[in-house]
Amino acid sequence: MSPTALVTQVDPGPGLATLVETGRTTGAEEVLFWVLAPIMVIAALGLVFARRTVYAAMSVVLVMVCLAILYVAQEAPFLGVVQVIVYTGAVMMLFLFVLMLVGVDASDSLVETISGQRWIGVVFSLGLGAVLVGVVLTARGVAPRGLEGANADTNPVGVARVIFGDYVFALEVVGVLLITAALGALVLTHRQRLEKRMGQRERAEARVAEGAVLTPLPAPGVYARSNAMDAPALGPDGRPLDSSVPRVLRVRGQERSVADVAARPIDGTEHLIEVDEGLGEVPGTGSTPPERGITGEEPIR
Amino acid sequence: MTSALASVPAAAAAGSAIPATGVFEYAWLLIALPLAGAAVLLLAGRRSDAWGHWLGVLASGGAFVVGALLTVVMMGAPLEERVQDVHLFDWITAGAFDLAAGLRVDPLSLSFVLLVTFVGTLVHIYSVSYMEHDAHRRRFFAYLNLFIAAMLLLVLADSYVLLFVGWEGVGLASYLLIGFWNHEKPNAVAAKKAFVVNRVGDVGMLVAIMLLFAAFGATDFETVFSLADGANEALLTAAGLMLLLAACGKSAQFPLQSWLGDAMAGPTPVSALIHAATMVTAGVYLVVRSAPVYAGAPTALLVVAIVGAFTLLFGAVIGCAKDDIKKTLAASTMSQIGYMMLAAGLGPIGYAFAIFHLITHGFFKAGMFLGAGSVMHGMHNEVDMRRFGGLRRYMKITWITFAAGWLAILGIPPFSGFWSKDLIIESAFATASGEGWQPWVFGTVALLGAGITAFYMSRLFFMTFHGTQRWPGHRVSQTETVDEPVQDPHESPALMMWPMIILAVGSVALGGVLAFGNAFERWLDPVLGYTEHPDPVLPIPVIIGATLLLVLLGAFLAWRQYAAAPVAVVAPRGSVLTRAARRDLYQDEVNETLLMRPGQYLTRSLVFGDRQVVDGTFTGLARLVGGSGELVRKVQNGYVRSYASTMVAGVVVLTAVVLAFRI
Amino acid sequence: MNLSNYLVLSAVLFTIGTSVVLLRRNAIIVFMGIELMLNASNLAFVTFARMHGDLTGQVVAFFVMVVAAAEVVIGLAIIVAIYRTRRSASVDDANLLKS
Repeated sequence: MSPTALVTQVDPGPGLATLVETGRTTGAEEVLFWVLAPIMVIAALGLVFARRTVYAAMSVVLVMVCLAILYVAQEAPFLGVVQVIVYTGAVMMLFLFVLMLVGVDASDSLVETISGQRWIGVVFSLGLGAVLVGVVLTARGVAPRGLEGANADTNPVGVARVIFGDYVFALEVVGVLLITAALGALVLTHRQRLEKRMGQRERAEARVAEGAVLTPLPAPGVYARSNAMDAPALGPDGRPLDSSVPRVLRVRGQERSVADVAARPIDGTEHLIEVDEGLGEVPGTGSTPPERGITGEEPIR
Repeated sequence: MTSALASVPAAAAAGSAIPATGVFEYAWLLIALPLAGAAVLLLAGRRSDAWGHWLGVLASGGAFVVGALLTVVMMGAPLEERVQDVHLFDWITAGAFDLAAGLRVDPLSLSFVLLVTFVGTLVHIYSVSYMEHDAHRRRFFAYLNLFIAAMLLLVLADSYVLLFVGWEGVGLASYLLIGFWNHEKPNAVAAKKAFVVNRVGDVGMLVAIMLLFAAFGATDFETVFSLADGANEALLTAAGLMLLLAACGKSAQFPLQSWLGDAMAGPTPVSALIHAATMVTAGVYLVVRSAPVYAGAPTALLVVAIVGAFTLLFGAVIGCAKDDIKKTLAASTMSQIGYMMLAAGLGPIGYAFAIFHLITHGFFKAGMFLGAGSVMHGMHNEVDMRRFGGLRRYMKITWITFAAGWLAILGIPPFSGFWSKDLIIESAFATASGEGWQPWVFGTVALLGAGITAFYMSRLFFMTFHGTQRWPGHRVSQTETVDEPVQDPHESPALMMWPMIILAVGSVALGGVLAFGNAFERWLDPVLGYTEHPDPVLPIPVIIGATLLLVLLGAFLAWRQYAAAPVAVVAPRGSVLTRAARRDLYQDEVNETLLMRPGQYLTRSLVFGDRQVVDGTFTGLARLVGGSGELVRKVQNGYVRSYASTMVAGVVVLTAVVLAFRI
Repeated sequence: MNLSNYLVLSAVLFTIGTSVVLLRRNAIIVFMGIELMLNASNLAFVTFARMHGDLTGQVVAFFVMVVAAAEVVIGLAIIVAIYRTRRSASVDDANLLKS
């Protein structure tokens, strides 16, 4: 019995019963349905209400996996597998890729910008749901036949017969569509280069032209009492070099001045030390920030 | 003396036209010469500034020579060959309608040709000097030539349609020349007024042409006149009245006379040529030319006579009150054309006299206008007669030539006007039927008109050339001093003098020459047919005597008031009639109240209705669409989710409908 | 239990997917809502197949999956392209269609 023949046999018949009254499921399937259906609805609602896009994506994944299970339960194991592979495996992962590309933390503001759109959306959605459910509940149909006959040679074989039999042309067209879509994605995401590509040479030349320091920056100072990174080194002229302290420490204000690490007599023995009058106070030490170093290092941002 | 003979249709008596032969085939030169002159002058531009005026004179003079030649040949031709038709070209051919453009050369048209080209040439010569200091003299001559060409086309046309072309041509030339100094607004307004009023008359012309075409299927004189004999009287009456309307417009007859006074805004030579001698008489020509049509429509003819009689008095009354020398002459022209119309309205017995008076009037009125131009030329373009006075000492030749014209229009024997006007008055006292109220009324009006004419023309003459000097001159003036530029009246140059002298000679002698042995009447017989003149209701000597008496009385009154007594420089308030006459008997007000204002209100209400109702409907529709678009535009806010909401709404509604109705 | 329960579940999931499209502004989540709607319809197809005893429904569901995969590829590429130029993945920011 070919599938088309089956279709022709679909006629309401004299004992026209509503779909609601017709039923032929096993108890296990009923349990499965009633377990999965609430999960799916809640997960789908998560798509509506989730603030974070990743959560929304994961709830959609959940809905799709549950759907796959329902497909299997509905005598469509092939579709169930395809659902898992294509949807949850490929499509949703693509979604996640794009999410990462766009920015995971780009949480969606739920404040409505179009006036009245929220109410319009809710009303129309509820209306749509109402009419759809109404259609299902009032539709008249035939007693379910089940797919035992069609799935006699296992479901994939049956589906394959239909696809490569009746719908082989549509399949070819869909193949073309997929290739076109792939090309389209390439074209859409292709970025036209507007300026010359920036290579190593160009970068170096730009640095020189900018007047930046080309050599490595000086290392922090090493003193008798400290060799930590927060103390600046002294230049050839005896001034502290700001650039020898890592920028992060400078930004945070955590560097120390040379005076902090200078040799200091033990309490009560100050008089023992002969002060070198010729040197005087070390320039650049003390509470005031040092003047710009002679090396012309980059300014503190 | 029999009424049967008198009412013989002219065309039937005169016989039809024969194809032109010999020299008459060159009649087209009459029109072509001035037309070419106008074209050259207009197209050559400033290059022809130096010699353009002489080319204009030459073109006009050439036309006169051709016209004179044709006349001489015509005089030698036998009577039955005097109506000739020159075929020019096939003009309009549409189905059964086949109209050729042709010229009708006959004594009537040749009379006009001579008048137009002779007076026209004299005016051209006069203008060479008169317009000497005008920067646009060449353009002026181009327009004058254009006028001559159009006028000749008008009188020579052999069909109503071709006549209409000339009719509009002279209207155009008149418009251009009245508004020649159109940089001043009153002149431009006057030109526009003349144009608009003439258009009213043109409607009559067009309707008449359509009526004749609808009735006879042709518009050429030959066919129309032969078919008019015995045609439906109602039709002929309608056509006659429409032709009269056209004639009223062109000839400034009541009720379309209001433009003529304002037309004096044009240069004086224009007034002399167009608005005195030639163009304004085109209406008379039209009526006389259409004699066979009127022959079958006595009612229309009566209306012509009534209009003429009324305008005769109307113009005369206005002329008595005007202080502007040119406007007085314009009123006089109106009145004199009223005489011609009256004569034409008398039917076959008056046609020839109408044309006769037209010719003599063309001479003496043009002469007087040129004289007025000469006076203005010597008086810094002053036109107010109250600022003239005593000019005879300074402008001897002008005074003499003007006097010739004055005596001619008064009808003093043996000056021209006497011969023509007296014939009209006599005819007015006589009708073909010889009975009823008409002879008495028309005769009395004509008689009265002669008296009033004598008064106002004498007033003009005395105020200008006699009496006390009322202009500020080098000599001490007796009257009050006026803060105006000192006048230095002087005689005009020879180029202006000679045309005036020639016209004066014509004013003196032309009437007598043409009237000798009824020569002019017999000359026109081939066109108008021979007509016996019935006896007037009064004896002819009585009529002549009464006329002369009235004329002398009018002249005496004018002398007493304006020559013997001092004339106020500022016009006195005057009686009700005087004030009314000064304002053209309120004709402008009547026109404005009865026609212009209602027309404007009608236009305004139509515009209002158009804007509010018609436009309002469509702009309202557009605004509705725009407004709804503006509303719907808010839905197109660019947010994808709003569009998605719309889609979902559609799905919900569609599903709900399907669900509800189980489609 | 009868099979219409599956259909009701499908309708509910579809509705939730719709509301996600209407309510969320993050383009990626909106996209997931669309995927949810596709999956819900797939469930309906599978159920129909079972009702009618005909594998065509399953085949259609299979094609839906394939087309959905193609659509995801393109859609995400568009989202990435928009994100690159506008630094935002909100559907409301891409309202250049207006005016």
